[in-house]
Amino acid sequence: MIPPEFDYLRPYSVDEAVTELGRAGEDAKVLAGGQSLLPLLRLRLAYPTALIDLGGVGELRGIRREGDQLVIGAMSTHHEVLHDPLVFAHCPVLAQATATVADPAVRHRGTIGGALSHADPAGDLPAVALALDAEFVIAGPDGGRRTVPAAEFFSDYLETAIGTGEVLVQLRVPVLGPDWGSAYEKFSRVAQAWAVVGVAALVRREGDAIAEARVGLTNMGPTPLRASATEQALAGVSAGNGGIAQAAERAADDTDPPGDLSGQPDYRRHLARVLTRRAVTRAATSTVTT
Amino acid sequence: MSEEVDAGLVAEQIREHPEQIDQPDPTKHVGKPLRRKEDARLITGRTRWTDNINLPGLLHLAMVRSPMAHARITRVDVSPALERPGVLAAFSGADLADQLGVLPCAWPVTADMVHPDHHPLAVDEVRHVGEAVAVIVARDRYAAADAIESVEVDYEPLPAVVDMEAALSDEVLVHSDKGTNKAFLWPFDGGDYDAAKARADVVVKRRYVQQRLIPNAMEPRAVVVEPLTEGDEYTVYSATQIPHILRLMLALTTGMPEHKLRVIAPDVGGGFGSKLNVYAEEVIALVLARKLGRPVKWTESRSEGYQATIHGRDQIQDIEIAATRDGAILGLSVDLKADMGAYLQLVTPGIPILGAFMYNAIYKMDAYRFRCTGVFTTKTPTDAYRGAGRPEATYAIERIVTELAHELGMDPVELRRKNWIRHEEFPYTTVAGLTYDSGNYEAATARATELFGYDQLRREQAERRERQDPVQLGIGISTYTEMCGLAPSRVLGSLSYGAGGWEAASIRMLPTGKVEVVTGTTPHGQGHVTAWSQIAGDALGVPFEDVSVICGDTQSSPQGMDTYGSRSLVVGGVAVHLAAQRVVEKARKVAAHLLEAAEGDMEFDGGTFSVRGSPDAKTTIQEVALATFAAHNLPEGMEPTINAEAVLDPENFSYPHGTHLCAVEVDTETGRTRIRSYVAVDDVGNVVNPLIVEGQVHGGVAQGIAQALYEEAVYDPDGNLVTGTMVDYLVPAAPDLPDFTTDRTETPSTSNPLGVKGVGEAGTIASTPAVVGAVVDAIRHFGVTDVRMPCTPERVWRAIHEHDSDGGERGAQGTIAYGGQQTATTAGGAE
Repeated sequence: MIPPEFDYLRPYSVDEAVTELGRAGEDAKVLAGGQSLLPLLRLRLAYPTALIDLGGVGELRGIRREGDQLVIGAMSTHHEVLHDPLVFAHCPVLAQATATVADPAVRHRGTIGGALSHADPAGDLPAVALALDAEFVIAGPDGGRRTVPAAEFFSDYLETAIGTGEVLVQLRVPVLGPDWGSAYEKFSRVAQAWAVVGVAALVRREGDAIAEARVGLTNMGPTPLRASATEQALAGVSAGNGGIAQAAERAADDTDPPGDLSGQPDYRRHLARVLTRRAVTRAATSTVTT
Repeated sequence: MSEEVDAGLVAEQIREHPEQIDQPDPTKHVGKPLRRKEDARLITGRTRWTDNINLPGLLHLAMVRSPMAHARITRVDVSPALERPGVLAAFSGADLADQLGVLPCAWPVTADMVHPDHHPLAVDEVRHVGEAVAVIVARDRYAAADAIESVEVDYEPLPAVVDMEAALSDEVLVHSDKGTNKAFLWPFDGGDYDAAKARADVVVKRRYVQQRLIPNAMEPRAVVVEPLTEGDEYTVYSATQIPHILRLMLALTTGMPEHKLRVIAPDVGGGFGSKLNVYAEEVIALVLARKLGRPVKWTESRSEGYQATIHGRDQIQDIEIAATRDGAILGLSVDLKADMGAYLQLVTPGIPILGAFMYNAIYKMDAYRFRCTGVFTTKTPTDAYRGAGRPEATYAIERIVTELAHELGMDPVELRRKNWIRHEEFPYTTVAGLTYDSGNYEAATARATELFGYDQLRREQAERRERQDPVQLGIGISTYTEMCGLAPSRVLGSLSYGAGGWEAASIRMLPTGKVEVVTGTTPHGQGHVTAWSQIAGDALGVPFEDVSVICGDTQSSPQGMDTYGSRSLVVGGVAVHLAAQRVVEKARKVAAHLLEAAEGDMEFDGGTFSVRGSPDAKTTIQEVALATFAAHNLPEGMEPTINAEAVLDPENFSYPHGTHLCAVEVDTETGRTRIRSYVAVDDVGNVVNPLIVEGQVHGGVAQGIAQALYEEAVYDPDGNLVTGTMVDYLVPAAPDLPDFTTDRTETPSTSNPLGVKGVGEAGTIASTPAVVGAVVDAIRHFGVTDVRMPCTPERVWRAIHEHDSDGGERGAQGTIAYGGQQTATTAGGAE
């Protein structure tokens, strides 16, 4: 397990990182927690000329509240997200999903920004970010910053809106009010494995009815997906009767799941329907603790 | 026969001598859960693993491996590698062919077995992905790894054949010069099966598939070879289970004189059978150390090991059981196909044969017919993997006995009870010709069903069915036995195995009264240092702490047959006991001389010799050791040593047994399984260290569950290993496993003086049928009678909804990747 040779650079600020990245050229890679990148290197499936290690960039860490958003530094580790009181209070679905990422060793090293930038459709966080309508703050050359909504961030298999020479610096997620419930249902074959299918559900309730629902799907296509047909069908449905189950039947509409050793596409579509029903039901009966 | 224990008498003794219970004899160690002496260094890693060994001038090897399952090598050009920085040499298979020899197979199971040459480096053809075709020698491991890709190899593709039944058609030949893919046909007949079947009211026939497994020892394989400064002598360090056998085989393979080779197995981090072998890299390292006159090291990576270290299982079992309407088993027929892979490794052909004697298991029957066909395919060779032949046999018989019970409308426990060997019938010679020395299936099963709450779970199962609960409950039963403690040499001889089954031990009494136990067993996690200290400590009457154990080095421990097949305690541990007894007998002579008493009047207890009738006249074994060292005053004609050795050839195998019960919940909506409870009641005879036994049961059961639910080495039709990393080959970890409820019955073995039986493989052998049996039991009312292992959620779901027990098979054909990219987790090539 010896990676190919590469140059190693360790900047201490975002500006420095962007500069180094620009200098290193197209074949450089940004190293965050390394939990996906290093295995790729060791298996010699990637041959970057240089790694820009963000581990020394202090401004990329930490979680704070800004108005009605939580601002999560891209280099915050999964462990930090999982144990953050603000996330726990205002965006529990993110903590729930993060708790299912791999194992404690990976969660101590791996970062939220790294996982989202890698954009593996079997990863748990992209679908959650999508369901949350999160915003991605990306730094570019000359101090430039741009904000990309989640709906535009995940462009293809392992591809995102982060351009050459750019670095993801922040994830901004909405503070969910007490009328929101949420749940993440992950189906994996062993505890530390990638999701076969995962469903992130967010539900805003008015009385007994679901006023608004957002459902993100993990590993149901080359990118994370929203179960739009289900979301529309859930609007106005009462949490108590069979309406959720009926809406969940449409969870796999317009999906394009992969087929592999853990499941053929038809099985994944079936799982998406079952897990959506379960996640929405849980979300509809849980509350955000404020 | 075992001695009956009178419970009333024991209770009376406890009443009269409570101090014996409160203060157990401090001079006795056997039976106590003593902490393992070796754990601190093993757990912290502050020890000598082979890869930790660093020598002045050490060179590093890296293997160039075939990305093709089957191809003719038309050209190998290593010269571009030589131009890279740090690379000192590189060789193709052709370059070294005359020095490397061919790898050994020590178990030609039939006289006409097809035995193809297996070159350590492929010369003109490769036959599985990962077969080594060239070797790089470099100053450091980075330079070696970087140079791999620069070696140019031209392959002319040949068709792969990965399916055993397709291989048997001989349309694609793995070894074209042999003209067939059939390695051997090995038959056994006990009684007349056709006659038994003719008398039967019921015949149940099933096909079970033992998927291919990857052993996954925690420590990868590694080898270091050090040439001594003069004399063409070499020290070989290897992460191996078998330093003694390896030394012999390296001598035979390379032609180097055996006495010029010293093999050391330093601390070894697990093997599960995968390090019971002689590997290409060991031979290559030795030959290159000699050729270059420099020490060399090779350490495999995990993904490299997945292709280059042996696999386990991979058998197809067609099994048929014949019985009367009232549930008496009359006979059993097994037609087994065993995948050898591309070559025969050290004991590859013998693995299914080890199972041949276990299909009849604990059941009495008149007739048993067994046929085993060994088959070559273009896959990594198979060989011993924890249980080696016996888990497969136990799986098939325990599954089909339950199927028979359903066919007959009987409770599966009741059917077993009706057919098993009753405890008063031991010793019992089975239809397969083995004589089981002792056992008590009634006691183990009674205890297990009680701990499990069998009747209550059956009621809950009925209720869940009644109300059509989406979560259904199933119960699996495994009343297993196995043969281990390999092995009586005459039996191995009759099976054409290339060596004996004895084990050696010697005891060195040091002048200060401390003790060195030298053993031919080679631990790789088992805890021999602790257990042998307990055994020797008791026999010699010395403290546990005063005993050290020397092992794993052919120089300090010259005679040994090493560690596999749950043999260490029942052969090696008993040899330690016998050697210690011989020390005591020698010491008795010295003690009698020192105390001026007749040898016949000497009593020995707790390390002290005393003269019968004169309690003040006594001396300790430590004092005797010092007096013997000084040798000033020894009996006339006695050599000045009380050291002793013993080489034990066991008279019989050891037959641990037990009853494992598993309750599984199946989510019928998703196919997900959850083990709700698992009870293991094992009978391993007398127990030397309950903590070690418990550890073996936990690990063994976990590995059996892994086969039942999680693990499978999958090849695509082109012979690529799809499960090339641990991302796709799912080894369960603690969060995936249930709590185990364990208990023991203790029916001593009558075949050895310690009354002990092997425990290293029992858990693995027992657990798989209990778990799969439970999964099937949970969904039987959907018309399901089998789910192929591993019982993945998808397979279980398809079994329920499509009556397609092969469920994921379409998935096994490979993966769909996006945009033509193959994902990191499914790439076929080695690094």
